[in-house]
Amino acid sequence: MARIDLNHIRHAYGPNPKSDKDYALKEVHHSWEDGGAYALLGPSGCGKTTLLNIISGLIHPSHGQLLFDGQDVTNLSTQERNIAQVFQFPVIYDTMTVYDNLAFPLRNRGVPEPEIDRKVRETLDMIDLASWANKKARGLTADQKQKISLGRGLVRSDVNAILFDEPLTVIDPHMKWVLRSQLKQLHQRFGYTMVYVTHDQTEALTFAQKVVVMYDGEIVQIGTPEELFERPRHTFVGYFIGSPGMNVMPVTLLGGMAQIGGHQVQLPSPAMPTAAGKIELGIRPEYVRLGRQGMPVKIAKIEDIGRHKIVRTRLENQEIAVIVGEGQDIPAEPHIAFDPKGINIYADSWRVGGQ
Amino acid sequence: MLELRNVSKVVGGKPHLSDISLTLEHATLNVLLGPTLSGKTSLMRIMAGLDVPTSGSVWFDGRDRTGVPVQKRSVAMVYQQFINYPAFTVYENIASPMRVAGADNATIDREVRKAAELLKLTPYLDRTPLNLSGGQQQRTALARAIVKNAKLVLLDEPLANLDYKLREELRQELPKIFAESGTIFVYATTEPHEALLLGGNTATLSEGRITQFGSTIDVFRKPDDLITAQTFADPPLNTIALAKFGKAFQLEGGVALPVPAHLAEFADGTYTIGFQPHHVNTARSTPDEIGLKATVTATEITGSESYVHLSFADARWTMLAHGIHIYTPDEEIDIFIDPRNLMIFDASGNSVTRRQKLAA
Amino acid sequence: MEKTWNNKAWFMVLPVLLLVAFSAVIPLMTVVNYSVQDTFGNNQFFWAGAEWFDEVLHSERFHASLGRNLIFSAIILLIEIPLGIVIALNMPRKGWGVPVCLVLMALPLLIPWNVVGTIWQVFGRVDIGLLGHTLANLGINYNYVQNPMHAWFTVIIMDVWHWTSLVVLLCYAGLVSIPDAFYQAAKIDGASRWAVFRYIQLPKMNRVLLIAVLLRFMDSFMIYTEPFVVTGGGPGNSTTFLSIDLVKVAVGQFDLGPAAAMSIIYFLIILLLSWVFYTVMTNYDAER
Repeated sequence: MARIDLNHIRHAYGPNPKSDKDYALKEVHHSWEDGGAYALLGPSGCGKTTLLNIISGLIHPSHGQLLFDGQDVTNLSTQERNIAQVFQFPVIYDTMTVYDNLAFPLRNRGVPEPEIDRKVRETLDMIDLASWANKKARGLTADQKQKISLGRGLVRSDVNAILFDEPLTVIDPHMKWVLRSQLKQLHQRFGYTMVYVTHDQTEALTFAQKVVVMYDGEIVQIGTPEELFERPRHTFVGYFIGSPGMNVMPVTLLGGMAQIGGHQVQLPSPAMPTAAGKIELGIRPEYVRLGRQGMPVKIAKIEDIGRHKIVRTRLENQEIAVIVGEGQDIPAEPHIAFDPKGINIYADSWRVGGQ
Repeated sequence: MLELRNVSKVVGGKPHLSDISLTLEHATLNVLLGPTLSGKTSLMRIMAGLDVPTSGSVWFDGRDRTGVPVQKRSVAMVYQQFINYPAFTVYENIASPMRVAGADNATIDREVRKAAELLKLTPYLDRTPLNLSGGQQQRTALARAIVKNAKLVLLDEPLANLDYKLREELRQELPKIFAESGTIFVYATTEPHEALLLGGNTATLSEGRITQFGSTIDVFRKPDDLITAQTFADPPLNTIALAKFGKAFQLEGGVALPVPAHLAEFADGTYTIGFQPHHVNTARSTPDEIGLKATVTATEITGSESYVHLSFADARWTMLAHGIHIYTPDEEIDIFIDPRNLMIFDASGNSVTRRQKLAA
Repeated sequence: MEKTWNNKAWFMVLPVLLLVAFSAVIPLMTVVNYSVQDTFGNNQFFWAGAEWFDEVLHSERFHASLGRNLIFSAIILLIEIPLGIVIALNMPRKGWGVPVCLVLMALPLLIPWNVVGTIWQVFGRVDIGLLGHTLANLGINYNYVQNPMHAWFTVIIMDVWHWTSLVVLLCYAGLVSIPDAFYQAAKIDGASRWAVFRYIQLPKMNRVLLIAVLLRFMDSFMIYTEPFVVTGGGPGNSTTFLSIDLVKVAVGQFDLGPAAAMSIIYFLIILLLSWVFYTVMTNYDAER
């Protein structure tokens, strides 16, 4: 496994890109640790697949370099980069058995047969398919096929990184849980460098140690799931992560207080810098308390989703979503209060002040 | 009112649907929830009139409509794939069902603009579908279903091919859009979470059978049987087999527990207990909670919550805990479950707790 | 997916059924009728039973023609199927080359059989044809009118030229339906060009290949027009295939009984062999 360095990488699909707009991927300059699990998260068209394809070698970036363990691989082919990839739709060799599917990459590399047998059996155990070894691969279920795709990467000892391109798209919800936790365990046990592309926040957050949130060809934040949840650097991250996303409302700052319409809210740290531009306050529904104290609101809708309720409230003209616990009552004269530790302040959509 | 009476469908000797009876009222949102191949699409095709049931009948507003082809019914369908006329503009795509019905231009224009406004398509009316994003393409298909003003609207996993956040937004809008039309609205999905967010009623499907039908939150909270509880759980339902002898529960892993007071009257025998992942706690909050020791296999953190995968004897469980909990794999931890949150199923899978509540 | 059952559909098919009855069933019955009777003209018929069948099945001449047919079809399949696959594999998948290649490939298929025959008849002539003239200049004594080998060579080349495109187009349709991810995965797995063909392309093509083999077998087994135009079945009987022989018997010698028996046998052989091909190939497919 390898460290991945992205050195000032940019990519445009059209020839002669001039302005920033022409780039599908704006400048990316990061270093990803050896053995790290990274997720590229964002809506379609954000550039996450472009970035993955640059790492896999399918796309040659317009600018910049890609390094694996300090070695420049920008001009190497996919084959020479020694990566493994799991695709959105399962790619298996229909006519082969499960065993032969796993042996295929090793046979292609001329590994001696006893060595192949040892590695394949080891991998079959890892992906829980040992009892299927001699079955034809075509008769398997989608989740088993995805495990074979993964297994063809795991079986090789020379793999620099394992790439995943929305691998759970065709898997039923229940199997998603099983596959995800197996993947997590494999990562914990063997420390592979993994890069996982998805638009699904739950998948990204649960899979990765570091989530790379992308928007409009740019990386807007790289952070642990906790950082992305507690301190979104950009209002987009606040919106995109969390379900429902962060409540964002225009405010004016007055010393240690924020003015929302006719109400005032205490800010966590009194020394909030006075930032220029459009000032907004962001707070996640999880940090809004619904009770008999605070700012009076009207309730527009209550969605009971089992383990908690999502209450859509209105504070003057501002819609504010609140998450309320399973057994908790909703008062007749509802008021909301903001938990100060959940408050973030944004100037022109970028977070200001604080840690 | 759409009524299915003892509908079965056999294809090539294999039962796709078995003895389905279901009544759907006007102006309701009904979710068909079940895994792939559980019969959701087959059922919708019969509701639409695309297929004829092998046995049983389909009634609409008190008239037997079995065998009446789809063209003669008032039905609109939206599929997982974005199906639009590629050569038409968005405007013409939305207008197409009304053109077929022979509406006059003024009415068409009014209805199309209204639907476009509702689905936020107004700026794209002059574009063709291929120049739109996936979300906009699916909105176009939905708008077409709306202007058709059909009495039955069938949506077969309409959001499955969309981005997570787009799904969240459309899911919020959909019930509003159809709320006032008086339409019977049927929505198929594989995701329990989606059913809960949509609300309305839910029918859970498993292997071609409807296992339960009722208000969505009721089916979720009070499943009649084990299969329904398993179908309607995401993360998967935690289960374990146990035997009851007098005042003790004997669990699979050799652990004995005192029987909670409210369960004391059950007959001795073997049962399966099930409990939702969010009902597993890391700390005791009430004295009568059951405490167990389980081993951590993996932890997934979403930022606000942690999914902790546990093993207890031969069982694999998930705990959904608020806040961030970091455990090392193979660590043994204490977990607590409030006995009132336990669902108990007898040997044939029927819920005993539910029966008890009904009797009370 | 199952379609709605609708009895009205039968009325739509009725005109075709009637047409088929007039154009195929009735003439076929006439042939069956001829095959079991003897006639000396004047519309007088005598019952002959299986006599004609017996005669045809034991005739040296029939065996020889049948043998020629089988060899011809075998050669055609052995050349056209691999050649078609190779060409399809090398055709571009995107860009301006796609329509150009497709049109070029479709061209021979648009030419009527007898025109193809005429083209090659002229093409192969030593005095005015490009092929014949070139070969003659190279010192090869090429003459398809007198040399049986040359006649076979000409007929085979002609058929390959005419029909390989069909195999190419079918294979190409199979190839373009393979998602890119498969090729990418193969690259990552370090698969050689041959492995990609063997484990990805060939399995994905096997359905269209089945159709290609069936079509090319049936067509080549029934070949008539081209050898008729180019060689007329000669020199000697060297390119006298069953179909040509049949016409000689029926129209040349006016032996209606044996000719009718022969055509029925011919028909049954094609049916049988096609069935064998189909079963063998689909079984192979299912087994895998």
